[in-house]
Amino acid sequence: MSKERIQISEDLYDIMPSDYQDLVKSATYGKEDRGWKDIGTSKELIEQHSLCAGCPESMAFRYILASLPNPEDTVMVGSTGCTSLVFPMVAVHNIHSLFGNQNAVASGLKRALSVRFPDRVKDVVVLAGDGATVDIGLDMTLQAWFRQEKFTTICFDNELYANTGGQESGLMQKGFVAKMAPVGKLFDKVRLPEIARESGCHYVVNCTVSKPSLVEKVIRNAVHVAREIGPTYLQLYTPCILEIGKNSMEGLQEMRDSEKPTERFAYKEFVSEPAKQLLAELAAKDKERKAAAKQLAGKA
Amino acid sequence: MAETKSVIGTQNKKGQTFTDPWKLMNEAPRTPSFFTGSEVIKEAIRRASCDVMIAYPITPQSEAAALIGELFAEGYIGDYFRGESEFAVMSQCAGASFGGARVFTTTAGPGTMRAMENFPMWAGSRLPIQMIVTCRGVNSPLSIQPDTLEISYLLNTGMLVWHAETAQDFFDWILKGYMVSEEPDVHLPLALCCDGFFVTHTKDVVQLTPPEMCLPPYDPYRSPVPCMDMECPPVRMMRDPFVMKSNYISYATHASWQQEIWAAVERSRKHSIHWLNGLIDTENTDADIVIVASGTAVSQGREAIRLLEDEGVRCGLVKVKTLRPWPEEEIREATKNAKHIFVPEFNVTGWLAKEIKATIPNHERVHAGPHVCGGMTMPPEIIVNEIKTALGMKKSFVMAGRGS
Repeated sequence: MSKERIQISEDLYDIMPSDYQDLVKSATYGKEDRGWKDIGTSKELIEQHSLCAGCPESMAFRYILASLPNPEDTVMVGSTGCTSLVFPMVAVHNIHSLFGNQNAVASGLKRALSVRFPDRVKDVVVLAGDGATVDIGLDMTLQAWFRQEKFTTICFDNELYANTGGQESGLMQKGFVAKMAPVGKLFDKVRLPEIARESGCHYVVNCTVSKPSLVEKVIRNAVHVAREIGPTYLQLYTPCILEIGKNSMEGLQEMRDSEKPTERFAYKEFVSEPAKQLLAELAAKDKERKAAAKQLAGKA
Repeated sequence: MAETKSVIGTQNKKGQTFTDPWKLMNEAPRTPSFFTGSEVIKEAIRRASCDVMIAYPITPQSEAAALIGELFAEGYIGDYFRGESEFAVMSQCAGASFGGARVFTTTAGPGTMRAMENFPMWAGSRLPIQMIVTCRGVNSPLSIQPDTLEISYLLNTGMLVWHAETAQDFFDWILKGYMVSEEPDVHLPLALCCDGFFVTHTKDVVQLTPPEMCLPPYDPYRSPVPCMDMECPPVRMMRDPFVMKSNYISYATHASWQQEIWAAVERSRKHSIHWLNGLIDTENTDADIVIVASGTAVSQGREAIRLLEDEGVRCGLVKVKTLRPWPEEEIREATKNAKHIFVPEFNVTGWLAKEIKATIPNHERVHAGPHVCGGMTMPPEIIVNEIKTALGMKKSFVMAGRGS
């Protein structure tokens, strides 16, 4: 998409919704070094949301949308759950179809876009909850990785089914007492990051969304690797404060507590050899670009 | 956005000429060819300018799905792969169609059932995917044999549902099907059904259009809903997602969209009549006895009529081509003189007879049968016997050695 596509006809300008006017005026489509720092100074690609007050998922959404390297040519695929309450308010094309089929939809979508736009970059990013990714949709999650489909899979891991009211999920911790786990969950949290690595993902990260700069980095890496090399997987802890008995103010602390070195969301990363090479090249280019910009600024 | 100038007369990368579809189907020279139904599917897709085909093995559609893989290898299709299950395949088809591709797939029996959740989603998302359904048993114990019960499950999904009788129907309707389902005022998926094995695995003479002519490509920007390719403005779709709202606005929105899907099915009527030359075909419907059927039951009905004529019993025939849109007026008109209406079917429940009973006045005229199912064939003699029994005539019991 070129940025001209979102321009408003002068005659219609005053009747367009203000959030659309803002998108045209100050969204960061096409900005090369866009990132989480744009939040607050430019129009975000998410307009409000209907998640609970203080929900870490809403933070994650904002950081991710600010960090996508190519939002003007990115299509996102969601699934049923809390995320599907947010997507209708996101200013990149996004697809919700069924529960759990997100990686299958993304496979077809990516291939269609590659057929239709062979000479252009069209990124596809899946964003779904842990029930969709690991339970009902696990088959399609893994098969997309086996086939080396070139898109990013992001799992918002809140360790339970939040939207339906806090039932046991495969990513829930062992022993946690929840609906449908009345005596505590009887088996371990599924180790999807390891499974992702073994299934052919080229870039895998397990972390929380407590640090926006970290989210920005892993999103950019994951999208670039998926675009050039093959599937990538991010598992981001976005605790459901409601269902684990926390207050709206306590989401951030919960994430900080869970990312300590001995905890289950300690930063964990796997990068394949081709992905390492690509990321090194991108880092070198980035450095070059920044140096050139600095030089230019100096001259001015 | 796509080019708005016409592509008619230009060539694709395989050297095929994009041809005006009406001319392609009605005026282009035809060559008789002796092919299986599966091979005919391949030949139709060769001419269909498909962007993406997604395959999965299940009898009796596996051969067709694999043959289309050969077309991909030859460069006739943009992309092709084997999915992991029918549920996944139909979701992959959805993704490709959301992305603006002309999409084709094939399935059968248990595969249709496994994928079922996708079909109302396809219709609700206005995705003009074409799916060939080569019907087979869906019952337990396992059966791979012909049986049309699965069609009844498709009737309320919001998809267009057509039922081909012969391989010739298949060839023509695959191409015409895209023309109907991609109309902006329709833009719905099409389930193009046939009776597995009877059509897929038998050889027949089929009149083919020239291989060097093909349909013009799909233009996703004629869709009534935005194509998900970030080539048009990504506006906020709604203030609050309706899924979570228990209020009148939410209910009204869902209700009006469902009504719109079925209105689109209705709007497909005029296009289907145009392309298929009517939703039904009729023969001798002034007779007291009329057989109404779809799929290969039509062929068997035609044979039964021939046998009855030998005995001096005159009988008319209605071939139902489209089940959705449902040819209500046409069937009512075609059966208005009939005192007895027989509905032979390849399934245990007799869903077609139920549809007809719900359509016509004085439905006690409808004899729901004969039924065969589980892969049994339907010799014309059992249709003859059903008719004779109903009329109080002496039945013929010579079934052995009937030579058919």
